[in-house]
Amino acid sequence: MKTKIVIYIIFIFFAFSKYSFSNDLKLENKINKNLRCLICQGQSIYDSQSDFAESMKLVVKQKIESGMSEEEIYSFFKIQYGEWILYDPQFNTKNFALWLLPILLFLVGGIIILIKFGVLKKRL
Amino acid sequence: MKNRYYKYSIVIFLIFTFFIFYYGLKEKNFYTPEDISIKKFPNLILNDFYTNTKTSFDDILIGSNYYLVNIWASWCLPCREEHPYLVQLKKNLSIKIIGINYKDKRDNALKFLDEYDNPYSVILNDNNGTASIEIGAYGVPESFILNTEKKIIKKIIGPIDKKKFNEIKKLIKK
Repeated sequence: MKTKIVIYIIFIFFAFSKYSFSNDLKLENKINKNLRCLICQGQSIYDSQSDFAESMKLVVKQKIESGMSEEEIYSFFKIQYGEWILYDPQFNTKNFALWLLPILLFLVGGIIILIKFGVLKKRL
Repeated sequence: MKNRYYKYSIVIFLIFTFFIFYYGLKEKNFYTPEDISIKKFPNLILNDFYTNTKTSFDDILIGSNYYLVNIWASWCLPCREEHPYLVQLKKNLSIKIIGINYKDKRDNALKFLDEYDNPYSVILNDNNGTASIEIGAYGVPESFILNTEKKIIKKIIGPIDKKKFNEIKKLIKK
């Protein structure tokens, strides 16, 4: 009976440590995929094996282990390298046109189509 | 009449696009940041290259008006090109040069310094490359010029050449 309990405890311990490990790894991969490689600038550091990308991956890992959140890690890299380092840049005054233009074009295009087919005229 | 305008506008449009692409091709496609953000140099703790003792930047960045932090490695070819300029800077100007040895083998680094002279007052080890990322480096070689307040006043991405050497001279003599 005792050995069974010990085995259960060991099993549970490993199960949970494995769980937390894989969660960290998932976050690490997510962040790595969103950071641009400094040497091969079309790739994320997740895809790259250049020396600097490897170093960046290590920095991300260390920062996660030290308890920093995803946002904090992004803002650290943003301070060092600028918004450019993120593959998913945040909405701000510099890039709002890029974010809004597709929606605007979509709406304008839709209105043009509606006018062409006379849908709007009939309604009005 | 209407047809003619139509033709002209097409020709003008094509010329316009041609020049846009023509100048676009001339642009560098490798991004380098333009603004030299005046930020404080992080106080990292690294191992000394010779003594292997833990050394913080706060302990090193004293006793000079200007500091040059240079990231180098013996395996990096452009570092060999820029090294004579570092030696000259050390000889001619009152600047303290600090080396960060990036992902290098100790023996090779020693050989490199033997061969090309040692302009560094202190050399620190960055074996896994994390310190260079914490500083905000883009590659090897890279140099940061700091003032007495440990603020980065100039960042040189890539090797120091004659032009950049003169820029540093001007900056320090100001």
